[in-house]
Amino acid sequence: MNAPLARSRTMPRAPADANIGVLRERGQREVFCGLTSIVWLHRKIQDAFFLVVGSRTCAHLIQSAAGVMIFAEPRFATAILEERDLAGMADANSELDRVVDDLLARRPDIRTLFLVGSCPSEVIKLDLARAAQRLSVRHQPQLRVLNYSGSGIETTFTQGEDACLAALVRECPVAAPDSPPSLLIAGALPDIVEDQFCRLFSAMGLDRVSFLPGRRSTDLPAIGAQTKVLLAQPFLGETAQMLVDRGAERLSAPFPFGVEGTTAWLESAALAFGVSPAAFSQAVAPAQARGRRAILAQRTWLEGRRVFFFPDSQLEPSLARFLHEELGAVPVEVATPYLNRDLVGPELERLPPGSRLVEGQDVDRQLDRCRAERPDLAVCGLGLANPLEAEGIATKWSIELIFSPIHGFDQAGDLASLFVRPLLRRARLKGLKA
Amino acid sequence: MKLAVWTYEGPPHVGAMRVATALKDVHFVLHAPQGDTYADLLFTMIERRDRRPPVTYTTFQARDLGSDTAQIFKQAAAEARARFAPAAMIVGASCTAELIQDDPAGLARSLALDIPVIPVELPSYQKKEHWGAAETFYQVVRTLALRGAGETGGRQTLPVTGRRPRCNLLGPTALGFRHRDDVQEITLLLSRLGVDVAVVAPLNASADDISRLPEADFNVVLYPEIAETAAAWLERSCGQPAIRTVPVGVAATCAFVREVAQLCGLDPEPALAEPGTRLPWWSRSVDSQYLTGKRVFVFGEANRAAAVARVAAYEMGFEVVGLGAYNREFARDLRAAAAELGLEALVTDDYLEVERAIADLRPELVLGTQMERHIAKRLRIGCAVISAPAHVQDYPARYSPQLGFEGANVLFDSWVHPLAMGLEEHLLAMFREDFEFNDAAGLSHMGAQATSEPEPVRPRNPEGRCWSSEAEAELSKIPFFVRGKARRNTEAFAAARGLAVIGLDTLYDARSHYAR
Repeated sequence: MNAPLARSRTMPRAPADANIGVLRERGQREVFCGLTSIVWLHRKIQDAFFLVVGSRTCAHLIQSAAGVMIFAEPRFATAILEERDLAGMADANSELDRVVDDLLARRPDIRTLFLVGSCPSEVIKLDLARAAQRLSVRHQPQLRVLNYSGSGIETTFTQGEDACLAALVRECPVAAPDSPPSLLIAGALPDIVEDQFCRLFSAMGLDRVSFLPGRRSTDLPAIGAQTKVLLAQPFLGETAQMLVDRGAERLSAPFPFGVEGTTAWLESAALAFGVSPAAFSQAVAPAQARGRRAILAQRTWLEGRRVFFFPDSQLEPSLARFLHEELGAVPVEVATPYLNRDLVGPELERLPPGSRLVEGQDVDRQLDRCRAERPDLAVCGLGLANPLEAEGIATKWSIELIFSPIHGFDQAGDLASLFVRPLLRRARLKGLKA
Repeated sequence: MKLAVWTYEGPPHVGAMRVATALKDVHFVLHAPQGDTYADLLFTMIERRDRRPPVTYTTFQARDLGSDTAQIFKQAAAEARARFAPAAMIVGASCTAELIQDDPAGLARSLALDIPVIPVELPSYQKKEHWGAAETFYQVVRTLALRGAGETGGRQTLPVTGRRPRCNLLGPTALGFRHRDDVQEITLLLSRLGVDVAVVAPLNASADDISRLPEADFNVVLYPEIAETAAAWLERSCGQPAIRTVPVGVAATCAFVREVAQLCGLDPEPALAEPGTRLPWWSRSVDSQYLTGKRVFVFGEANRAAAVARVAAYEMGFEVVGLGAYNREFARDLRAAAAELGLEALVTDDYLEVERAIADLRPELVLGTQMERHIAKRLRIGCAVISAPAHVQDYPARYSPQLGFEGANVLFDSWVHPLAMGLEEHLLAMFREDFEFNDAAGLSHMGAQATSEPEPVRPRNPEGRCWSSEAEAELSKIPFFVRGKARRNTEAFAAARGLAVIGLDTLYDARSHYAR
């Protein structure tokens, strides 16, 4: 099964860069497209609506990926392309205007409408940027219409959030040149985590802190040379670049997962804003201690355990670092859909030598490797989890890592417990042993 | 362009996947971008399948467009053949690949594979999941059954002599609503009648089993949405008659047994004598009197919804106040069933329209899909799922068919469960203000539930009739499971008399007017 097949799209191991070699694969992928990120973005930004312009598949994907339906009328929908839209019988633009009118009649409270491009809309080259401009003019000032692509031919899962935030950055006002330095946290965070970080920054004496996205789409932070950006998520390459292009400074750090990651992440802000080491320690010490205590309780379950990551959210290098550094686990393979060395460099430095880093995917070959490695825990998407469990491999379904609060000191224990639960469950099910 | 919040059916390639996943040794190579791989989780998570669906997605990306997407398809098909060694291969395209027109059928042909290749055309911008399943099953049957054309085994003209008659069960797929258990139930029922099941397809059938379909004496169409196209073809090309009565409920199951018996020249009475269904007695027993005239809204897949409505009306004694379906394929049957019940069928796949209909009709029970379960929960109405689409909790560990006599037992239990039970209903009505035992505390057999008031339903009240505060307060003393009916009746009563304001007297006058 492991013999290479003819005309394989898997390339041989790329020349080792930095300290770890990267295996780049271009085979069949088993990942979500960027539309999936609408599932959390539409809850985070409370006055925004996401209108996917796509096919029935797009609509079916979002509701299936969410796993459960949201009882309230969701703040997203799909404008499903039909035969007549493709055949040119109906002008797709006037159809879109009509659909948007219908939508606004039902939801007059919407302040920002995102037109989200999909695979079909990209392939037929429906110009959603122009449509957004046209609709913005038509519905201003009550409504701003923005666009981005969540298409699966261009974006993977969390890259949808990156594209959405990049669209918001374009709308951010320019900060006055003489404005005092400010901190911008980029990446959608659960409200509770946002509040925790605010309290920590405040304890350090940092009060000019804003978040992107905010809870209201109309509260956009001003950006300029005095803006220092800290990314809360490792998948925000385009957003980060756009902020830098607008003069902001990006602070490089590991991501705020676990106690060590969170400490290093907060510290980079402290350093940038001239917070004294003593003031920093004093501000973070209580939460740090709580986090350490919570993690310690989980460590026995993961110490020395071999973990295999399938590509999913781009969080994989950060989570592998957390599992290794703070819980003593051994990352066997760390696969990620896209490796942005600039952003995750500080994480890679902390991975143990010998970790196999994979960018992209060839799912059948990866499954072969996983079966051969027999890891103690495989972190993978929903399509692979039960099949791997049935083969006797404990799995953590990775979408939970996106749909749970996992950032910061006070979630470090919860994050560890997400990885522990499949192992704990196996241990508990004594009655089911043959 | 059509605005959709939630969808009842997936795209047609998901239907094709349901057939491919049901089959044992057939692989599906789907030209599709990476996002389409989400469909795997429908099978591995919702149905808890222990293996990946046999589907290879080409997962082409933007950079591949215009250069080598066709090559990617050929490579994927060749690799799938080598790795999975299937007995046959289905090839097709999803919505995006349909636009780039790579022609999977031609590309697969050019590979000259040593196994049968079954191309399926899945017009994503016109058709939906059920159509895709029916078309794929038909193409699979046509391609594989034709290999053995002319070889009809020991098939005889019915009635047969010297052996028991044999039939195929057509239509059960992966991700079907209770298909697994229905197959077992109907196989048992037929066996009691003296009929053997030759092949069940596509669920757990191999390519060879499909080739053997023409050997059976007749076909049973268990799920018309999926099997009708194939059954009609087998009827035409192989002369196999088909049984089309779907055995939902006691009456339809008896009719099904009689129809099969007549076709095979068998005596139906032994199989009917001990049917093993408790529904008739359970429904006649005095406790069930409280079910009389309960207002029920039925919505689902057209065939099933029509059948369920008949069971609800004629075997449970409910009053069916609304009947609808999300698919148009069998809308005619549905409309006939609705007319028979004095209703106009609601045929729509707009979830919000269904929600409005339920809010307007204020039924006491909703029999629907997982979507209606959400609507019912929001409106605090009891609900049982009777049709796909269904969620993980609708794939129970226990044996729980919907068809046949045991299926009728399951229908009785699962429809009665969400309702308040006989005497409990009276007590709730009599002592509405009891601080522990009241309707806001939830039904006793449902365990503790949220005690908050449901989100107010916004009924249509076009005439702008308004309720006096006194009448409104009195209305709130009526238990929630009849409150909707009381409000509706009172408003209709007031409308008929041109009353602008509904007072306490209006409420009681209406009550005596509608007293049954």
